[in-house]
Amino acid sequence: MTAGVAVERVSRDIAHAMAAFALGLALLMAFLLLAGFDVGGALAALWRGAFGSWYAFTSATLVRATPLLLLGLAFTIGGRAGALNIGMEGQFAAGAIAAVAIGVHGAGTPAAIELPLVLAGGLVAGAAWIAIPVILRARFEITEVISTLLLNFVASAMVSYAVTGPLQEASRIYPQSAPLVSGARLPHLGTGSRLHLGFPIALAIAAALALVLNHTRWGFRLRAVGAGGRAAHIVGGINTTRVIAVALLWSGALAGLGGAVEVSGVSFALYQNLSPGYGFTAIAVALLGRMRPALVVVAAIMFGALEAGAGAMQRDAAIPAVGIEVVEAVVIVAALILAWRRPR
Amino acid sequence: MNAALAVAFGTASIRVATPLVLAAIGEAIAERSGVINLGIEGGMLAGAFAAAVGATHGGLMAGVVAGTLAGIVVAFVFGAIAVWGRTDQIISGMAVTLAATGLTGLLARRVWGVAGAGLSIPTMKAIAVPALATIPIVGPIFFNQPAITYLAYLMIPLAGWLLFRSRFGLEVRASGEGPAAAAACGVAVARVRITAVVIGGLCAGLAGASLVLAEVGTFSEQMTAGRGFIAIAIVALGRWNPVGIAVASLVFGAATATQYLFQAAGTSVPYQLFLVLPYLLALAVMAIATRRHGGPAGLGQTH
Amino acid sequence: MNLSLGNISRRFAETVALERVSLAVRGSEIHALLGENGAGKTTLVRIAYGALRADSGTIAIDRGDDATVAIKGFSSPREARAAGIGMVHQHFTSIGALSVAENIALTGGWADTGRAAERRAAALIARIGLPLPERSRADALSVQLRQRLEIVKALAADAQVLLLDEPTAVLAPREVDEFLGFLRRLAAAGTAIVLITHKLDEVFQVADHVTVLRRGSLILADETRRQTPRSLAAAMIGGDLPPVTRTLSLAGPVLVSAKRLRLTRQGMATGASALSFDIRGGEIVGVAAIEGNGQRELLRAIGGVDRSTVVDGTLEVSQPTAFIPEDRTAEGLIPEFTLAENLLLGTIRDAPRWINWDAVRDRADTVVAAFDVRGGGSDVRVSTLSGGNQQRFMMGRALARHPRVLVAEDPTRGLDVGAAQAIHRRLQDAAAAGAAVIVHSSDVDEVLTLAQRIFVMARGELRELPAGTPRGVVGDAMLALDRST
Repeated sequence: MTAGVAVERVSRDIAHAMAAFALGLALLMAFLLLAGFDVGGALAALWRGAFGSWYAFTSATLVRATPLLLLGLAFTIGGRAGALNIGMEGQFAAGAIAAVAIGVHGAGTPAAIELPLVLAGGLVAGAAWIAIPVILRARFEITEVISTLLLNFVASAMVSYAVTGPLQEASRIYPQSAPLVSGARLPHLGTGSRLHLGFPIALAIAAALALVLNHTRWGFRLRAVGAGGRAAHIVGGINTTRVIAVALLWSGALAGLGGAVEVSGVSFALYQNLSPGYGFTAIAVALLGRMRPALVVVAAIMFGALEAGAGAMQRDAAIPAVGIEVVEAVVIVAALILAWRRPR
Repeated sequence: MNAALAVAFGTASIRVATPLVLAAIGEAIAERSGVINLGIEGGMLAGAFAAAVGATHGGLMAGVVAGTLAGIVVAFVFGAIAVWGRTDQIISGMAVTLAATGLTGLLARRVWGVAGAGLSIPTMKAIAVPALATIPIVGPIFFNQPAITYLAYLMIPLAGWLLFRSRFGLEVRASGEGPAAAAACGVAVARVRITAVVIGGLCAGLAGASLVLAEVGTFSEQMTAGRGFIAIAIVALGRWNPVGIAVASLVFGAATATQYLFQAAGTSVPYQLFLVLPYLLALAVMAIATRRHGGPAGLGQTH
Repeated sequence: MNLSLGNISRRFAETVALERVSLAVRGSEIHALLGENGAGKTTLVRIAYGALRADSGTIAIDRGDDATVAIKGFSSPREARAAGIGMVHQHFTSIGALSVAENIALTGGWADTGRAAERRAAALIARIGLPLPERSRADALSVQLRQRLEIVKALAADAQVLLLDEPTAVLAPREVDEFLGFLRRLAAAGTAIVLITHKLDEVFQVADHVTVLRRGSLILADETRRQTPRSLAAAMIGGDLPPVTRTLSLAGPVLVSAKRLRLTRQGMATGASALSFDIRGGEIVGVAAIEGNGQRELLRAIGGVDRSTVVDGTLEVSQPTAFIPEDRTAEGLIPEFTLAENLLLGTIRDAPRWINWDAVRDRADTVVAAFDVRGGGSDVRVSTLSGGNQQRFMMGRALARHPRVLVAEDPTRGLDVGAAQAIHRRLQDAAAAGAAVIVHSSDVDEVLTLAQRIFVMARGELRELPAGTPRGVVGDAMLALDRST
């Protein structure tokens, strides 16, 4: 493909993404107007929370973009192989539990040892959490959609059990875990900023995923299975069941890493409702980014801004942040309709 | 287990199963037409919200009607996106559920404020069916229930008649088994599918109303907690047949009701284990009720 | 009842499918509609049936009582059926999970269901005279019975005009004769029939009138008795094509060897006896069989695509092997991928860990040039190519690996005569270069033209017939009629 065509395609995709996003925001505002909320105040708070200052952009928008990017990439890996991981919320929770279970121990251990253990714990726990749906799909041809979805509720109950049982803080008053030891925490980028090392890690993973998908045999097999499973099997001799299983395991692993990065970079402890629905927002992120890693980065930042703005909106204009889910839903539908064909 | 406990357990099982059977029968009709609707969770939630508002302002009947209408609207939006827009049914359904979660959350805050709906909503009282309710044990379990449960009983033969004894049902099954062939035979596949999805939405709205007015007694954000998704698993377990679905719903109702049993017995098992029981059961069920045992051949296919 | 289509035109995006085509058929008359693939035959009958709208033109119905109705066209098949038009589609339109009676009720627009529909269907079946088990599920029927079901469905709403789109393509020669006899009886009872076919002998067997289309235009319309096979063939093709010459190559080493091979189909043994055969380099083996007689399992086992059906015996196949599946866009190619990506898909087994896209593109461009693939180079998506170009690309990709064994399922299905001949030449070239070529075709004539050895499969049993065996004998073998069961 010539460079001109590529640039044209990317700019068209970005234009589509912007249009979808603007449509979602406009519909939310129209709804708020009808429901009698203060729309002007809402928009002002939204902007202030997301882009109002350098601090807001880095410490609110990019901090929220980090888990969205990791989970968006997780959905992308599965999606490009033709599998829908709707259970990222659960894998995120599993990753967070594992990271906390590791990270509350070993006070005084240097970060160079402790941090990799914490993050690896998240990866493994996420992969383990999706293993059941993977086995159900590989062995019994059961769609991963419902099984991953149901496990979200189980994971949520597990967090609830962990923070009132085995992982509860020492005083046993609050339903949360003890704080992570300092070695288990992701370093902040610059003093006074809440932006942590997790963001550049997520960017590096996006770059690596782009490289793998477009320039390796492994990535090609994965894309072929997603774009035409039967042809991939019959002409390419590809074991599609295996490719999908491996893709889903990586998807779960990345979602688990998202949970580990969130506790290690932001919350420093486990508690109920750690994720405000990142696992679902990330589906919108991945679809808006047409499941291409570079575009997913852009989409994650847009949604990070939206989440950051929603926080400010709830604080300053008394509009429940849950309303943002309307924008996400509209963006998903608009992205589906604009893309028309399945992304490749 | 003594008789009183058995009756309490059975009654609770039926009460929990009522919204499940309503939602699952509706979903089965949609799936028979070839559309899997993950927006059913959103439809139930919207139905629950509208029922709570309607019942507060206009009484129980108004609540049921409002809930049903809300379910229809949500299903129609989903149908328009997935059937007319020819988008991926799974993702579109997720999006619709997401939107319904956001909108009901916003509106609930608007209507009831931060404190929530509380217990200001009127609820359905159990009505004993003369004669039948006096049968030992079975009587009070099945025939001393709120009116909407009796409606659910009625839906089972009604859905069976609709699917297998009516011209519309024939077109629904044809659209689900072979959309292209059905279209070649002159079936207006898109219209049949939208209609089936909307009937499914009607049932989901009723299910939401039943949840608020007959089971929980109040509205809270995201109160459906995945019951719509469990209904989808129930449809598979019930083999897309109303009677099978009724039995499967009862199994899930009983699984949920076990927590009351154990709470009564006062065990030290963490309560979260009982919370996850229905979800784990749904997973296990899907492992047994695998795809090769049936399901419409054209399920999930755009047309 | 008479049906006349006047000056019908229809275009699809850039291509003209029909240009001012007229056709009239009267009651008690069989009208053959001839033409190559893509000539516009199916488009024309679909318009008459309301499944497609014409851009311009008229449709008129005359019930013989001076009540001619001229309309712009039907807006749906439902309307056409109400006007007394029935259609048998090229592909089966019965729904496997529904019963025979339900399928008939569906198409007939009956309000009856259940037992009432079964009784009504049984009465209809008896009246038409094509026996069918009305309570069976449609997917339990044999191919011939499914074809009958299509006819009964088309007649369910008391059709006076019957449109048939290549109804004989799936039938064995003897079944074709029975079927044509039925059409004659139906016409004798007053029905007007339009029969699409590309087989000239069928035209001369039953048709009173014949219309030939080529590239969307009407080339010829006449009484059949005033035409000859040669005149109709010339009208269809627009000139004479060079005949395929059968090359006789020297037999090379044995490249495929089956010994006491047993295969299963959907968990059932496909035949009573095991299969044993050798195929040598340079040979073209034609496999003649009706759908679902085990040939698919055999070809896919030899092609290395699906060995799971082999339950017993040995099957040795020299490598590399290339397999060309019948379904181009679902099994052979990924439409959304570029030519380069599809080329890589065919050679992914041998690809290095890191992909050198420049080299892949070069190889794709080489195939494009060598196999006359028109419509773009290596960066074009396969979905933008025509069927013939897709097929040539698939053939080129398969041969680029220099296979010692080449297996092809129905490689010319849906192609026009010129494109099919190009594919035939490539298969012959591959055999001449020393490969063992195994071809299945749903068209017996294609097997007979191409093959040096003829394998016939019926009910999972394989028999070899000598080259030059008459068509009728091959046909009976396909039905296993010459064998007691």
